[in-house]
Amino acid sequence: MQKINNPEQLIEWKQNVLSKRPLYKKTIVVSSGTCGQASGSLQIIEALKHELEKRNLEKTIGIKITGCHGFCELEPNIIIYPGDIFYKKLESKNIQKVVEETILKDKIIPSFIYEDSRTGKKFSQQKEIPFYKKQMRVLTENNLKVDPTNIEDYLALDGYQALANVLFNMTSEEVIAEIKDSGLRGRGGGGFPTGKKWEICREFESETKYIICNADEGDPGAYMDRSLLEGNPHSVIEGMIIGAYAIGASEGIIYVRGEYPLAVKHVRIVLEQAKKFGFLGKSIIGSEFQFDIHMIQGAGAFVSGEETSLMASIEGRRAFPSQRPPYPAQEGLWGKPTNINNVETWANVPLIINKGAEWYSEIGTKNSKGTKIFSLVGKINNTGLVEVPMGIKLREIINNIGGGIKDNKKFKAVQTGGPSGGCIPADKLDLSIDFESLTKVGSMMGSGGMIVMDEDTCMIDVARYFLNFTQEESCGKCVPCRIGTRQLVDILTRITKGKGDKKDIEKLTDLSRSIKDGSLCALGQTAPNPVLTTIRYFRDEYEAHIKEKSCPALVCKDLIIYYIEPEKCVGCLLCLKDCPVDAISGERKKVHVIDQELCIKCGACLEVCPPKVSAVSKYTGNKRDRILEKASRQRVKK
Amino acid sequence: MSGLNKDHGKLIHMLHDTQKKFGYIPAHSISQISGELKISESEIFGVLTFYKAFALEPRGRHLITICMGTACHVRGGVQIVEEMERKLNIKVGKTTANRKFTLETVNCLGCCAIGPVVVVNGKYYSNITIKKVDAILKEYQESE
Repeated sequence: MQKINNPEQLIEWKQNVLSKRPLYKKTIVVSSGTCGQASGSLQIIEALKHELEKRNLEKTIGIKITGCHGFCELEPNIIIYPGDIFYKKLESKNIQKVVEETILKDKIIPSFIYEDSRTGKKFSQQKEIPFYKKQMRVLTENNLKVDPTNIEDYLALDGYQALANVLFNMTSEEVIAEIKDSGLRGRGGGGFPTGKKWEICREFESETKYIICNADEGDPGAYMDRSLLEGNPHSVIEGMIIGAYAIGASEGIIYVRGEYPLAVKHVRIVLEQAKKFGFLGKSIIGSEFQFDIHMIQGAGAFVSGEETSLMASIEGRRAFPSQRPPYPAQEGLWGKPTNINNVETWANVPLIINKGAEWYSEIGTKNSKGTKIFSLVGKINNTGLVEVPMGIKLREIINNIGGGIKDNKKFKAVQTGGPSGGCIPADKLDLSIDFESLTKVGSMMGSGGMIVMDEDTCMIDVARYFLNFTQEESCGKCVPCRIGTRQLVDILTRITKGKGDKKDIEKLTDLSRSIKDGSLCALGQTAPNPVLTTIRYFRDEYEAHIKEKSCPALVCKDLIIYYIEPEKCVGCLLCLKDCPVDAISGERKKVHVIDQELCIKCGACLEVCPPKVSAVSKYTGNKRDRILEKASRQRVKK
Repeated sequence: MSGLNKDHGKLIHMLHDTQKKFGYIPAHSISQISGELKISESEIFGVLTFYKAFALEPRGRHLITICMGTACHVRGGVQIVEEMERKLNIKVGKTTANRKFTLETVNCLGCCAIGPVVVVNGKYYSNITIKKVDAILKEYQESE
């Protein structure tokens, strides 16, 4: 195939792709994003190839290697079509059986299919699994169908048709009107209306304009952008080209986070393909429009996800934010009008053009349209990427899609919006998930991280974690952010060590306000959110740490002890052998004892103590004091 | 911004290449880049120390990276870091005296479902517990 010179050729090519496809009797789709590969998908692929070759099946049975399927908990997983059979957590030694039973005899292997841990119900089909069934996968569904490195897979799903439509049937104003009508808002966190943003940039006159795809996904616990870039990168590229046409940009940059090697690799491949087939470069699809994209790899600085810092980083400088106005639309990269959108925003664009603004705007709430991908992680049963319509209730995401809390523990809070967001407590579970509602409760949409926390999570420890993060990542330009976040970390650390002062809560609140007011960019303006929301919803936990010197969630090391229950210990020597500081004494079949003075509270004993015995407990507060007192009395006696 | 030479944009790219080639940014590379891009050495130094991807000292033969993302944190990532520090007898960011291991942390690798995550020389290890740390290290200690 060569360069596409007109829309008819594009359609012809698609038909050609469809008609020339080998007619496999069955196709095995292997989820092989970063999580999949980390869990062994590459070994699964090898084993499959080997097994099919051995039986001379490679011509009748196809293997498709795709990006992430979203259900990260069950990696490595495969789906067999037709039949939609979903096998989870496979190992290479299982592959022979898969081929023998399911591929050759159409028999479903019960031990490989998904079982709902709460209801005990089994599901053999991917679409029937509650985790998938209750989602609305308009963006992520194609991850199951596309080999990201094969442009033909994307074409078969009407890839680049939206671009052809835009270039030949729409003016740039019409494209912008369509995006405005759809109600699409920026998915990177700010939620600014995308069409409006394009319009502003379009109106500034300049010979050179830039568009940027912000793929510097830095929020810890959020990875939907990674998944889109790994799994369906052409959709992002197509969105960018459409945006460039609407705005009148001639150059695009995709800034990919350096910590995502697979995404970097796939973007590099698809950019080459798009150039080769005439979707980038001069005279795109034979039109007069010309545009090119190149990729820049991030170098590990969280602040470069902020738009002005991102541009500084592209210019080869330290990623310092700058004062706005001038906004990037006026004076952005290299001083030229620039439009920046996030990966997920760009991926929505071809979808809106193909299906229409009306279709899109019917999904979601009045002010938040479309779907949003969340990364549902932490103490939840079904960890993974979930795509849901805006306006869905938090409870639905956590209970129905997420399958509830791990190990039947009690739900405590969900943290949204990354380090800029906040913790939402249990009594807000009926909250509608949209831009406004999340802001109202003190959190934010952010890029879509949703970290679920159970009763074993200490909220002060979580606040300290985030502040530690923002403190380290603060670029240092604004004093309130640089020094203020350091002070917040110091105070929080003091509290977790049991050295908190009565006035600390007040101090944290005051300081947080000053940091919010005195910082130039969103990093500083939102950094105190984790502190403010945990104080707002979990004040009692702060008070327990400060007044009673106890950590109710049994997390803060300085406030807890590990203790071996004498009536439960069977004297198996396991913990004794594993203790890194030899703090445990005892003999076989005799009760073991932890020397509290030597113990470094690493938790190794708790981890190795067999679940049947579970003799190791953690204590805080009064109970801890009583045990310590008893231990010291015994020491004196000796 | 407008006053900048567009070549300036090549700086981070060149630093990436240098880092990849040597495993760190040697002083002679800084002067070389400075000459090529007409950017002062002090500015290059400022830029490279700003970003975590670049190191001024050579790293050990095996690079151990522990994910410190939120999901890994709530699943006990801190204990893994502490155990690694104990086992290797170095702090995060340092290299063992025999230049065998360098221990680093990263903010999030985006594979939160399988945390805590440890990466050694690009190979991912999932659902790490304190007990598994030893086994991972042994794999590389015995690889000589």
